[in-house]
Amino acid sequence: MIMSDEKQHVLKYLAKGIRYDGRKPLDYREVSIAYGVSRSAEGSALVKIGKTEVMAGVKISIEKPYPDTPDKGNLMVNAELRPMASPLFESGPPSDQGIELARVVDRGVRESESIDVHDLVIKAGELVWSVSVDLVAINDDGNLFDACSLAALAALKDAKMPGKTENNKADYDNRTNDKLPLKHEPLEITMFKIGNTVLVDPSPEEELNFDARLTVACREDGSLCALQKGGAGELTIEEIDHMIGIALEKSAWLRKKLAR
Amino acid sequence: MPYPKRFDGRKFDETRPIVAKVGIIARADGSAMFQIGKTTAYAAVYGPRTLHPKWMQNPKTGVLRCEYNMLPFSGHGERVRPGGGRRAREIGMVTENALLPVLDLREYPNAVVDVYIDLPQTDAGTRCAGICAASMALADAGFEMTDMVAAVAVGNVQGSIVADLTYEEEQNKTETEGVADTPVAFMPNSGKLTLLQMDGHNTRADLKRALEMGREVCKKIVAIQKAALRAKYKGE
Repeated sequence: MIMSDEKQHVLKYLAKGIRYDGRKPLDYREVSIAYGVSRSAEGSALVKIGKTEVMAGVKISIEKPYPDTPDKGNLMVNAELRPMASPLFESGPPSDQGIELARVVDRGVRESESIDVHDLVIKAGELVWSVSVDLVAINDDGNLFDACSLAALAALKDAKMPGKTENNKADYDNRTNDKLPLKHEPLEITMFKIGNTVLVDPSPEEELNFDARLTVACREDGSLCALQKGGAGELTIEEIDHMIGIALEKSAWLRKKLAR
Repeated sequence: MPYPKRFDGRKFDETRPIVAKVGIIARADGSAMFQIGKTTAYAAVYGPRTLHPKWMQNPKTGVLRCEYNMLPFSGHGERVRPGGGRRAREIGMVTENALLPVLDLREYPNAVVDVYIDLPQTDAGTRCAGICAASMALADAGFEMTDMVAAVAVGNVQGSIVADLTYEEEQNKTETEGVADTPVAFMPNSGKLTLLQMDGHNTRADLKRALEMGREVCKKIVAIQKAALRAKYKGE
């Protein structure tokens, strides 16, 4: 296999147990969360992991339920790689990378049953609340998976329900003080395997040169609710178990950052 | 029915509070944030870089390409569908035209300078905020510019000429008297205008007064833009 110069370089450093920016493999960069960053949104958050920045906004509307699920409200999560965030992102329809990111974050939020969509029903078969979480990369300095997952949870926790007019339309001028009915708080941690090293919170160089990665969505009770392996490299069961251990530890640490 | 006092108590020629910052997106070649009241615009500049598809290249000069995008959660009411529409395309085009007069891209044949404008929250005046942010971001990226560009919406609300309309003012039309919403951009040194659009009803005399107000307001905005640029490059 022909290896790029950059990959050789990354590997050379990792063999010594350090990374380009001087971190150890399992060191996370500094994390900060700001709430209420878009007043247009019902809930919003800006997450920074090092220089990586992701904004999340929650919009809540009243809609008809889907005919096959009359007793369920709607919850959807979408992510966009805006070209402002990186020289590698382009305008136009989402890339494969963007689609995978959006779907992996969406699964973390939904599979954890963070919101019981039955709680979003206003009148079964007729009216339900529809919750949209939109994630936007503002600066991509690596690790958008974890940043998006953290931003999504933060924005959901920040959201306040809009009012409801007499003819059952959402009233955005009169937001209530009611929070979304959050039952669980999922967070995703992504481990990258490069050569024989497992690391978290990758830099852009590491993301371009990894062999395999594993995204693990954890609930606050330490249970797992979604997994996604990426990359062409293989993983052993032992490696996966090791990665899940890291994810549980890091997600517990990250969860503390959500306190306001 | 005159409009003697503005809803938020501002003077007629007073903008909402402005916050301007330069260098907010580390990955970009140049970037800026421009906030006016509750409208916030980010602008990121990438390039000059090779323009694809190739048939769009111009061997005589570099091309300026501006993309305007309201983020899905940035609207007053319902979610804004991502992907942009005809409105966003048009605003991107008028933004290019508003900025091109201060740039000379002949040094960069076959290249493109991309300007991405994204809005996380809005309360009217988005294209103007985008142009203000883009102008700072281009300066931050190091392009030689003959002048800055500042933009503001001026308008006629029930007979009163006002600057920097809010969404509430834009909606404030009656049966007999409309609201003329007129986004303008100026180069403050030459006093020339690089953007002019109008929606609504207006008279020739009122339009002239509105444009003159716009020119003066833009001078004040440019002072804020320049202060933000100086703040980043102080000591360099």
